[in-house]
Amino acid sequence: MSEEQIKNLETQFEARIARDEKIEPKDWMPEKYRKTHIRQMSQHAHSEIVGMLPEGNWITRAPSLRRKVALLAKVQDEAGHGLYLYSACETLGVSREELYEQLHSGKAKYSSIFNYPTVTWADMGAVGWLVDGAAIINQVPLCNTSYGPYARAMVRVCKEESFHQRQGYEIMIKLANGTPEQKELAQDALNRWWWPSLMMLGPTDAESIHTEQSMKWKLKRKSNDDLRQQFIDQTVPQAELIGLTIPDADLKWNEERQSYDFGEINWDEFWQVVKGHGPCNKERMKARVGAWEEGEWVRDAAMAYAEKKRNRKEKLAI
Amino acid sequence: MSDKKNWPLWEVFVRSKNGLEHRHCGSLHAADEDMALENARDVYTRRSEGVSIWVVESKNITASNPENNGEMFEPAHDKVYRHPTFYDLPDEVKHM
Repeated sequence: MSEEQIKNLETQFEARIARDEKIEPKDWMPEKYRKTHIRQMSQHAHSEIVGMLPEGNWITRAPSLRRKVALLAKVQDEAGHGLYLYSACETLGVSREELYEQLHSGKAKYSSIFNYPTVTWADMGAVGWLVDGAAIINQVPLCNTSYGPYARAMVRVCKEESFHQRQGYEIMIKLANGTPEQKELAQDALNRWWWPSLMMLGPTDAESIHTEQSMKWKLKRKSNDDLRQQFIDQTVPQAELIGLTIPDADLKWNEERQSYDFGEINWDEFWQVVKGHGPCNKERMKARVGAWEEGEWVRDAAMAYAEKKRNRKEKLAI
Repeated sequence: MSDKKNWPLWEVFVRSKNGLEHRHCGSLHAADEDMALENARDVYTRRSEGVSIWVVESKNITASNPENNGEMFEPAHDKVYRHPTFYDLPDEVKHM
């Protein structure tokens, strides 16, 4: 194809997106669109898969059966969300094995928030309330993104995700209304998860390298700073309601903006964790790669068994 | 890693309730059709979204190519006489 023809196709393509038309897997698309989508969708899928690890830690230690079934269901949902997103990704011609390889080799990223440890039961509350809360804010606009398979996967994810946040907040309510020790656990978890949750919504607009193109392709509908402000404005009253204090001395209601002003985010910490120096980066990857490698014989056995069954069926047919 | 070792890809179709058609809802990897059905149940019907599931190995699907959408679908565009509104009826005829 000549350069001019490609330019022409690109113009038509951008016009389709501007008209809110969806792009489907076999449609022509610019290479950059394909690559950007593989990067973002796979990063999202990896986050769901790695995101199971900090919570899996607490399934056997949940304080009651009610909490246990809920946590188990939430972790199972995350596996499901990872699978929806991987399969959406595969529609762009990349194989599952390639995607796993990118995660395991460190070439692909996942959300940095999962590199923080979950040291007490209250962390299950804080993760559901804050981390899933921030994730929902990030994800809801993606239900309208331009790539059909991604948008459809996100509709399912968002529908299922809302119980995750509620179960987390319920854990926090219970602890905050419990003994002084329990309340302290809840406050401690909020103290540790608040800032990483704000960072989770991404670098400031000035530093965000992908924003402009992603906005055009509807991969992003609001800027990181807008999403962060929305998260803060909706979460602060929820903390107040249950008597917990947001760990930010500069947090203050701004009457004029009808929004909260907040303190400086430690972006050095953010970039350190992104670069692999967070408290649990190595542990998470070790668990993930270990699960994949130790599961190899199971995958092989399933294939061998499938083949045996197929052969037997063919023999019977003769 | 040889291709043979990887679980093939399956497309999943779910009927949400009797009276409705099966609808495509996504795909998954499984070693064979039995596992594909079980995985489809776990991945796509965790909240009672279905009463029946079809799985078909993705490689068995033949799809039209959007690049040929012109010759494929345009012939239907100029056949307005296939729609009821093409026909003129007197106002007195209420139901037809």
